[in-house]
Amino acid sequence: MRKLILSGLVSVPLWMVLNVGIALENSTQVKPAQANPAQAKPVQSSPVSKKAFVPPPESEIPEGKFGDTIRLGRDIFLHTRANAPEYVGNDLNCSNCHLDAGRRANSGPLWAAYVRYPMYRPKNDKVNTFAERLQGCFMYSMNGKAPPADSEVIKALTAYSYWLATGAPTGVNMPGFGYPKQGFEPKQAPSYERGEAIYAEKCALCHGENGEGVHVKKGEFAFPALWGANSFNWGAGMHELNNAAAFIKHNMPLGLGGTLTDQEAWDVAMFMDSHERPQDPRYNGNIQETRKKYHDTKWSLYGIEVNGKVLGQGVK
Amino acid sequence: MKKQLFLGALLSVVTVSSLAASGASRNEVVNGEKIAREGNGRGAVGCLVCHGMHGEGVSVSGFPRLAGLNARYLEKQLNDFVSGARDNVVMKPTATALSEDERRAVADYYSKLSVPERVAITLESNEVGEALALRGKWDQQVPACIQCHGPNGVGIGEHFPPLSGQSALYLANQMREWKKGSRANDPLGLMKHVAQSLTESEILAVAKWFSSQPTFLVENSDITSQVSAQETTQEKVTGGKQ
Repeated sequence: MRKLILSGLVSVPLWMVLNVGIALENSTQVKPAQANPAQAKPVQSSPVSKKAFVPPPESEIPEGKFGDTIRLGRDIFLHTRANAPEYVGNDLNCSNCHLDAGRRANSGPLWAAYVRYPMYRPKNDKVNTFAERLQGCFMYSMNGKAPPADSEVIKALTAYSYWLATGAPTGVNMPGFGYPKQGFEPKQAPSYERGEAIYAEKCALCHGENGEGVHVKKGEFAFPALWGANSFNWGAGMHELNNAAAFIKHNMPLGLGGTLTDQEAWDVAMFMDSHERPQDPRYNGNIQETRKKYHDTKWSLYGIEVNGKVLGQGVK
Repeated sequence: MKKQLFLGALLSVVTVSSLAASGASRNEVVNGEKIAREGNGRGAVGCLVCHGMHGEGVSVSGFPRLAGLNARYLEKQLNDFVSGARDNVVMKPTATALSEDERRAVADYYSKLSVPERVAITLESNEVGEALALRGKWDQQVPACIQCHGPNGVGIGEHFPPLSGQSALYLANQMREWKKGSRANDPLGLMKHVAQSLTESEILAVAKWFSSQPTFLVENSDITSQVSAQETTQEKVTGGKQ
C-alpha cells in the first residue's frame, strides 16, 4: 500500500492553505442557505417538522402517459447510462449519490430538491430552474453533457421529482434535504492518513483498493468508482469535502449509514477527494485561475497540493 | 561450526516448506477434486454427499450450491466454520478435519465447476420478495439485495456470493443465522443488520425470489428488462410443459 503523507509533508501547511482559502473566500461564495433568506427559513419549526417527509409509494404512480413519464424518470435515475446514454460520460447512476432512487432523506432526496427551485446558486451566479440544476448533475456528477431543457430526459426526471414531492410545501428547506451540513464541521483537520486507514477497513471492500469501483459488466457498476476516469469530475459537488463527508456520514457504508463518527467521515472524505478525477469542464487551461473562479472554498482540494502533486490535473 | 550446521538445516527446512507452499507442488500434494469426491480419509467425508455430484447442492435439504462460487469466498467459509465465526454442526468437524491447504484446494476446485444454467422458474407473483431484492427496505436502511449481490443476485467478487438459483431454504436459514448471531462472518456486519431488519415472512419471500432467479446475468438488467426477462423465461418454462 502506498505510504501517503499528509501530516509529514504538508500536514500543517495544507490545512493552513485551506484556512487561507477561508480568509480569501470570495464574498460571492455565499452559502445557498444565505443566498435567499426567504428560502432559508423553514415554514414550520415545530419538532414535527424534523420528521422527514415520506414520498408516495411507487404503487401509486398513475397509469397513462403521465405515469409512463414518471416511470421513465425513475428508470433514468436508477440506470442512467442505460436510459440516457447520450448525456452520460461515466458509469455512475443518479441513485449512487441519491439513495433509494432519490427517496431517502439526508441523501439528496428529489422531493426536497424539487421544491427549492427556482433558486439563486453561487455556483453559476444566477437563478437556476430545476431543469438547470438537473443539467448540472449531468455535466459534473455524470461527467457528461447537459440534456436540453425540453428533452425527454429532463422532462422525465422533472416529472419523477415532482411526483415524489406530492404534498410537499414549496420554497422551504425540508428536513432531510441535500446532505445535512448545518453545524457539521471537522473537530480536527481532516486527515488523509486516517482516511486511508478507514477506507481500507470499511470502503475498499466494495469500491476497490484504488477507488475504481466494481463493474457487473461493461458500462454498469455494481459499486461506483469514487475517483479516476470513471467517476464524477472536479466540477461535481461531491468533490467538496463537506458534501462528501455529510453524504458518507449519513449513508455509508451502504446499509450502515450513521455508524462512522463525524471525524471518520471527514477523514475518509479527505482521502477520497484527494485523488484525481476528470477535469472540471469549466477549466480554462490554468488550474489556479480555475480554482479562484470556481473552487475558492476551503472545502475544495482543486488546485491544492497533496502528497507532492497539485490536484486538478484531470484524468481521462 | 555448530552454528553453520544449524543454519544449513534451517535453510533446507525453509526450502522444503517453500516448495510445499508453492502452487504447483500443492496441487500435486492436495487434490481438491479427490477431496470433494472421496473426502480426505482423516475425518472429512466427500463434499458430494451433501453438495451433489457437480456441486449443484440439494435445494430441498438446504444444502447450498458450491459450483461456480468465488474460491476465496468458499475458502473463507471453511476457515470460518473452523473458527466458529460461522457455526454449523456438520461443517465444523468437516472443515476442521481439512488442512488449510486442503480447504484452499477444495475451494479452488468448486469455484471452477460450471454454474448450472437455470432459467427463472417463478410461476407465482412474489411482490414482497421482488421489492426487497430490487429496491430494499430503506425505511430501515436495508439496501436492495442486488446492490451488493449483483443483478438478479448473480454474485459480486469474494464478499458477495450468488443468491440466484440458490436453495431457498439455505438462503432463509442463513438470514436466520445472521439474525441470531450463529453466523457472524459477514464483512462489517452488513448482513447482520439486513437480517435483523427483516421479518420472518420477508426472509421467506426474498429467499424464494432469489432461488427462482436465473443463475446467469440477464443482458439488460434494468428493472423493466428484468421483469420482462423473467416473463420470457416463464413463457419458456410454461411453453416446455405444453
